[in-house]
Amino acid sequence: MLKKLVTGTVDWIDARIPMTETWNKHLAQYPTPVNFNFWYFFGSLAMLILVNQILTGIWLTMHYNPSAEGAFASIEYIMRDVPYGWLLRYMHSTGASAFFVVIYLHMFRGLIYGSYQKPRELIWIFGMFIFLALMAEAFMGYLLPWGQMSFWGAQVIISLFGAIPFVGDDLTLWIRGDYVISGATLNRFFALHVIALPLALVVLVFLHIVALHEVGSNNPDGIEIKQKKGSVPSDAKSKFTFHKQYSGKKDIIDAIPFHPYFTVKDIMGVAGFLIFFCAVIFFMPEGGGYLLEAPNFEPANGLKTPDHIAPVWYYTPFYAILRAIPDKLIGVVFFGGSIVILFFLPWLDRCKVKSMRYRSWKHKLNITQFIISFIVLGVLGALPATPLLTKIAQIGTIGYFGFFIALWVYSKNEKTKPLPTRLTFK
Amino acid sequence: MSNAPVNSGRRKFLTLTTAVVGGVGAAAVAVPFVKSWSPSEKAKAAGAPVAVDISKIQPGQLIRVEWRGKPVWIVSRTQKIMDELATLNEQLRDPNSQEPQQPEYALNAGRSLKPEIFVAVGLCTHLGCSPTYLPDSFSEQVEGVESGFFCPCHGSKFDMAGRVFQNVPAPLNLVIPAHHYVSDTKILIGLDKGDA
Repeated sequence: MLKKLVTGTVDWIDARIPMTETWNKHLAQYPTPVNFNFWYFFGSLAMLILVNQILTGIWLTMHYNPSAEGAFASIEYIMRDVPYGWLLRYMHSTGASAFFVVIYLHMFRGLIYGSYQKPRELIWIFGMFIFLALMAEAFMGYLLPWGQMSFWGAQVIISLFGAIPFVGDDLTLWIRGDYVISGATLNRFFALHVIALPLALVVLVFLHIVALHEVGSNNPDGIEIKQKKGSVPSDAKSKFTFHKQYSGKKDIIDAIPFHPYFTVKDIMGVAGFLIFFCAVIFFMPEGGGYLLEAPNFEPANGLKTPDHIAPVWYYTPFYAILRAIPDKLIGVVFFGGSIVILFFLPWLDRCKVKSMRYRSWKHKLNITQFIISFIVLGVLGALPATPLLTKIAQIGTIGYFGFFIALWVYSKNEKTKPLPTRLTFK
Repeated sequence: MSNAPVNSGRRKFLTLTTAVVGGVGAAAVAVPFVKSWSPSEKAKAAGAPVAVDISKIQPGQLIRVEWRGKPVWIVSRTQKIMDELATLNEQLRDPNSQEPQQPEYALNAGRSLKPEIFVAVGLCTHLGCSPTYLPDSFSEQVEGVESGFFCPCHGSKFDMAGRVFQNVPAPLNLVIPAHHYVSDTKILIGLDKGDA
């Protein structure tokens, strides 16, 4: 009786919108490579954090006062007087840092396994737009508590636009809506932070996944799980049923459906992630001054710059590049270029082999030096500038950009190892 | 009607004209959205000039006042500082203030109306942080120079006339705002002499 009611309802809906069809196409009959490893947790974790940010963000908006006069006090009010306000705020502020942790690891996964290569260029491009929107989102969110670091951080970043020849000064005036950072700036950043950018992010995430499901996931071996129709003997094909959109045109090997196999695996990843996430929320929400910076516990004061200005940790590698160059315009160009160049990665890498596992020692060395440069720049960007550290940051900047130049040069005729015909487990 | 051939020339014309007119409309609608980001009348009105009494300033002291929400410094310079300024030309980017960062009347050795009183907007020309005044420990930044301004954000350095040192991120000397002396001890910041 109950079963009949359920199937009746499902049939009724399916006749009106493609519910079961979508469920099968994207989850229950979506072919997923069998050899996904640790690095494949971070996409679903990023989705989890997006949901966390949207939920806690909506609740914070209910208590926050977006005005230069009331913003700082309303944060104190949330922390002290609103029931569980402290928890909602720490979930949101820790979530911001966690978002960047998983996004950086997610991007690193794409880098080492060549997931940006043909035919997945658009997935990478949408992903880079997500990264860009996320940086803007986090930057605008950081102004909202209206503390000293909020104010001066925004002052520095908005002034970057002033380096653009001819229109720079008018542009900064237009962005601020005042001669200095003021309540006008705070209000528009609030609007962008709570409405415009989250909307853009959700749309971009949707496109990122649509693009992914169209071509299918890459995997640690960087070889395709979809072979030409009729080329695979039937006993070698995957035993699972896949949606006809995938199995109709291709023979599928070494794949299992996303649900229930990878939904369960990802939930295990979520459990592991939550252990770290909750540890930070409950035991070190300020992250030693790196997640919530000390000067931000003092209200914004436009007449006095804190002794040491540093952006939040997730911007520091790019900030170190900006600081390393002793010229305003060229510094800003390199700063912007360090992000823009990532968009072109699919075309800078001219090698046909995707995964680092089967690529040359040059490539492994290059990725290693890139990661070291990136981390060194990240550390330097949080420290005060001294002549010695600036020198090191300049070397790091060369390493960062050198990665892309070297990649373009050696990838054309790279000596690669033979690819396996089937997925391997390492 | 049902078997009438499609007049593709007319279709093209109508599509094109509709697109053009629609495009102009969309561009016109964008104007209020873009313009609403400009400073409001209220923000513009807040840019009024500020009067400062300097009768109590001590030699070597820096007073900070707010004009258009920006910090403006008034520094009393001793003869020793003035002598030091003359020796720095070699180390500066723009020792003779050729870039238009000051009004005509401040285009001199001390970049000021009176040599002993220095008035400047206290925002670094790099990315707008407010540099720190180091009256007697600036030699840690530039050897042999006792006093100056050091920007904590990106390490830019300025001398006691707001002139930028070489090999730092800031490209220009500090901005000298329009100002004039209403009396011997009172400066009006934001207006040239003779302006309303």
